[in-house]
Amino acid sequence: MKPNTKFLQGNEACVEGALYAGLRFFAGYPITPSTEIAETLSARLPQIGGKFIQMEDEIASMCAIIGASLTGHKVMTATSGPGFSLKQEALGYAVMAEIPCVVVNVQRGGPSTGNPTHVAQGDVMQARWGTHGDHAIVTLTASNHQDVFAMTVEAFNIAETYRTPVILLFDEVVGHMREKLVIPAPGEIPLVERLRTSVPGGVDYHPYLPREDGRLPMSDFGGVHRYNVTGLFHDMWGFPSDNPGVVHGLMRHLVDKIENNAGQLARYKEFELQDADTVLISYGSAARSALHVVRNRRARGEKLGLLELQTLWPFPAALVRDHCARARSVVVVEMNTGQIMREVKAAVKNPENVFLANRIDGTLITPTDIRNILRLIQGRGV
Amino acid sequence: MERCRLVFSGSGGQGVITAAILLAEAAVLEEGLNAVQAQAYGAAARGGATRSDVIVSDEEIYFPKVNQPNVLVCLTQEAYNKFYPIIRPGGMLLTDPRYVKIERKVDARQWELEMFRTVMDRIGKPIVFNICMLGAVLGLTNLLKPESILKVLERRMPAAFLDMNRQALDIGLELARAA
Repeated sequence: MKPNTKFLQGNEACVEGALYAGLRFFAGYPITPSTEIAETLSARLPQIGGKFIQMEDEIASMCAIIGASLTGHKVMTATSGPGFSLKQEALGYAVMAEIPCVVVNVQRGGPSTGNPTHVAQGDVMQARWGTHGDHAIVTLTASNHQDVFAMTVEAFNIAETYRTPVILLFDEVVGHMREKLVIPAPGEIPLVERLRTSVPGGVDYHPYLPREDGRLPMSDFGGVHRYNVTGLFHDMWGFPSDNPGVVHGLMRHLVDKIENNAGQLARYKEFELQDADTVLISYGSAARSALHVVRNRRARGEKLGLLELQTLWPFPAALVRDHCARARSVVVVEMNTGQIMREVKAAVKNPENVFLANRIDGTLITPTDIRNILRLIQGRGV
Repeated sequence: MERCRLVFSGSGGQGVITAAILLAEAAVLEEGLNAVQAQAYGAAARGGATRSDVIVSDEEIYFPKVNQPNVLVCLTQEAYNKFYPIIRPGGMLLTDPRYVKIERKVDARQWELEMFRTVMDRIGKPIVFNICMLGAVLGLTNLLKPESILKVLERRMPAAFLDMNRQALDIGLELARAA
């Protein structure tokens, strides 16, 4: 077996992806079921000259990665539900100040301390709207270790390209299960590096003055330029402003830079969709059960397909609409009370044909669960 | 190959999860098969019923949990009482009579092997009980080559402990052959 083939946990696959992407600073506070990310990085980062800090809590961890990112490093933190709640205020700061960073949430059952060692997908809407105020956010997910690796690299690339926090929304099953990962050779997946300003030291640098292509070159904080960073609405120098024109312009910029690129940010996989009259839509560990059903039922001649979403936010509405256009029924498979189902209903032409196949008891939804719901929808009974 | 679904169950600390990881890692890294290992556990740090699932196949594995194991190992009475009903008809049940009294018959081949007593008699260290169990599973199923497990052990174990583990694996294989 090749030396770049590993057998490991999903949390470790995330670490491998982050290191491949160039992670150099991690601050975190351990919490099940994300702890292996911090644990592994506490050993790995010092070996390559990176920094690992266990902070006093999740709020401090989020703030620490924001500061470290400003100084020019690729940064990440990892947590689960209760910790993700604590990070929300500082996450909004990173949105407002346009700080590239990656925030991992390995989902467990909630609300509150909930069901720490069991799986859930209840934080989908928290990832979208957890921090206050109008804003846009990028959220990626994955159902297997090869994709956990790939989406982690993507998260760093998107964070740098759009100067935005990116949320990796994994779950307990994918985080803790072990399977094969083949680590790509260096250069096999392209990396996006920090876009730094060409303005020399001693010359005025405007941290929030976009280039013609809309991107904002950064200057390593504490380096040759003095500039201001704030969570208040701000002008191109980074100083607070309540000028309605400035406020409107910044709000539009923050939302449009993500939402106008929803098509480009959409990551997804298609399985057997070509002639499917029933389309399953799923993501994360639930998509493994959905794919199991699709492969099984196809072998028996049923026209079943799966659209696996890897980008949850911005929601790929156009993609979902297109793929569901010819379907007689659309079944969203997820482990919550219908958070993505509502987005799918809003995206498709015939929302009355959209159904939910879910499980909310801390157990991974099984192929049998899905099959039973399909039979009910088809009027055949369980 | 036929897809093989295994459940190793026992009490926290007996090493059933470690054994499951070793088996799955050997399948993937040494024999080029696909394997997925998952586990269920509660919030308790030690004790309680522990269970680890492994699926080994030469095809893709999507759903990572085992509903009906072909191979069920129960190393405590509690685990046996809880899990014996899920065994796949025609499957295999392995227990150790020191810990488990078989109470009911299931539609499975039932092997009661004196793994713990033999390990204590010949090695004297309970810590390798799980490796002996792994040897017995390989001996009874021919799922993987024992050398594949040894290669994983060599990578993971300090050299000083390797001999003891090799011996325990051999005891398991031997008990299976004699069964």
